[in-house]
Amino acid sequence: MKQTLNIALPKGRLGERIYRRLERAGFGCPEMADEGRRLIFEEKGKGLRYFWAKPSDVAIYVERGAADLGIAGKDILLEYAPDVYELLDLHTGKCRMAVAAKTGYRDDRGRTLRVATKFENIAQRYYASIGRDIDIIHLNGSIEIAPTLGLSDVIVDIVETGTTLRENGLEVVETIFPISARLIANKASYEFKRPAIEAILQALAAQTEETA
Amino acid sequence: MEMDALCLKNEEKLALRLRSLYRRYGYSQYRMSRFEEYDLYAGNKEFLVSENVITFTDTNGRLMALKPDVTLSIVRSSRAGTGVQKVYYSENVYRVSARTRRFGEIPQTGLECIGDVDDCCIAEVLLLAAQSLQTFSPRCVLEVSHLDLLSEAVGRIGATEEQRREILRCVGEKNLHELSAICARAGAGREETERLCALLRIACAPEEALSRLRSLGFTGAAYGQLATLSQALDAAGLGGVLRIDFSVVNDMDYYNGVVFRGFVAGAPAGVLSGGQYDRLMKKLGKNARAIGFAVYLDGLERFCAREEAFDADVALLYDETASPAALCRALRAFTDRGESALACREIPQGLRYRRLARLKGSEVEVLETDA
Repeated sequence: MKQTLNIALPKGRLGERIYRRLERAGFGCPEMADEGRRLIFEEKGKGLRYFWAKPSDVAIYVERGAADLGIAGKDILLEYAPDVYELLDLHTGKCRMAVAAKTGYRDDRGRTLRVATKFENIAQRYYASIGRDIDIIHLNGSIEIAPTLGLSDVIVDIVETGTTLRENGLEVVETIFPISARLIANKASYEFKRPAIEAILQALAAQTEETA
Repeated sequence: MEMDALCLKNEEKLALRLRSLYRRYGYSQYRMSRFEEYDLYAGNKEFLVSENVITFTDTNGRLMALKPDVTLSIVRSSRAGTGVQKVYYSENVYRVSARTRRFGEIPQTGLECIGDVDDCCIAEVLLLAAQSLQTFSPRCVLEVSHLDLLSEAVGRIGATEEQRREILRCVGEKNLHELSAICARAGAGREETERLCALLRIACAPEEALSRLRSLGFTGAAYGQLATLSQALDAAGLGGVLRIDFSVVNDMDYYNGVVFRGFVAGAPAGVLSGGQYDRLMKKLGKNARAIGFAVYLDGLERFCAREEAFDADVALLYDETASPAALCRALRAFTDRGESALACREIPQGLRYRRLARLKGSEVEVLETDA
């Protein structure tokens, strides 16, 4: 019996872009074209099952073996540190993790820095690496308004074009690391479904080189 | 099967099989207390799977820990002498689970060899690791790496201590793209970087892996040891379980030489981890070598567990007129026939049973049957 390879794709433009790459490489699943609310699609002949997941959940599906492969942003991998293989940088979904503050902000190192973010671990590690005492304020969204409302001094968040920051009177004061989408694999699946995983890895690597 | 009849939990059955295996090879059981002095763990936190330890102050003022690990305790109690001490253990440890990221009680079974550990001893431990995995499923893989080979390749990169840590993280993730970038930042030559990447791409059966190692110029003592160990497992009929894979990286401050990790098809993460830890022995002031492994049974909780179709073979209803003697007689009659019987005045909600019966006087009347 042919083994099924489960692939978790992040909902949204990034996941759709990666799926098109997979489709071009011969790993398509015609059912994916269906409009509707279905989240799981299977191509039995090719032994493939795709499913759409919240981008921040993809790594959990892969780490726990519900998905053999997945596409996750480097931000998620650094924040949650899942025990997975990171097989390929897909050079897409590019943005950066940055510290931003109100335009013209000056850091007073004599005071504890108030940092609003949804990436607590990344922020903690970054400020620990530069020896800065911080007070983390965990927010789940609309991080950009925190400095304007006096909730925090700075924010640590993903910045793509910087438009949202500018429109909220903020600017990047430091880039922490660049972000792009990565192909990740479950460690046990890599042992037991190696040929199928390698085939997808090679196909995506070839297309990544073409686009790079 | 006898163990099924004991109504043991799945991980308990698996632990029993492992203990029986280790006893057959002459290993004796090591038992430890639930608490240890915290000092033992505080000085060697990086050796632990998780650095978080549950602590409390004992009545005599000593800071104690709910044991997060067994190996450190075994090492501390080991005595200098000739030969090799061979022990196995089956204990619950208390630490943050990698899966749940919360503290939990984790059943762990494993073995340790401490003393004059030679290649024969290492081969035996690998054999037992492979057999442990086969106890769960014939579809299993034992990944073996050699830290001396990896150290040699990483050493040629000329990285700073921080870059070295980053390189080892990438090795563990099979993350070649970031590995190459770090090597470039460290100023490593193309040849050294490619050699390290080529080493990391080796994840295959020993024969092919050894051939690729030779072509990369790894022909020293570590290569020879991998070849010897692979022949040993072949001779024991377990060569097919072995893979050489250099992404297995245990902490190099404690481990050295051969390190390994085991997977079983159907379990989403590694279920066995081990290696040589001569460096830990040295840190703890012990003049001996050591090797061992642990099997993490929490990862196997749902593995090969049979879903019981019924909670009881018979649900036996009785009412206020029933005599206790008649009920006991009826229950004994079922259980003597090897059936399970649940006595109840009303059927508990959600109970799954094969037959529904009612005690009427001293007679049992069958009301429903699944057939």
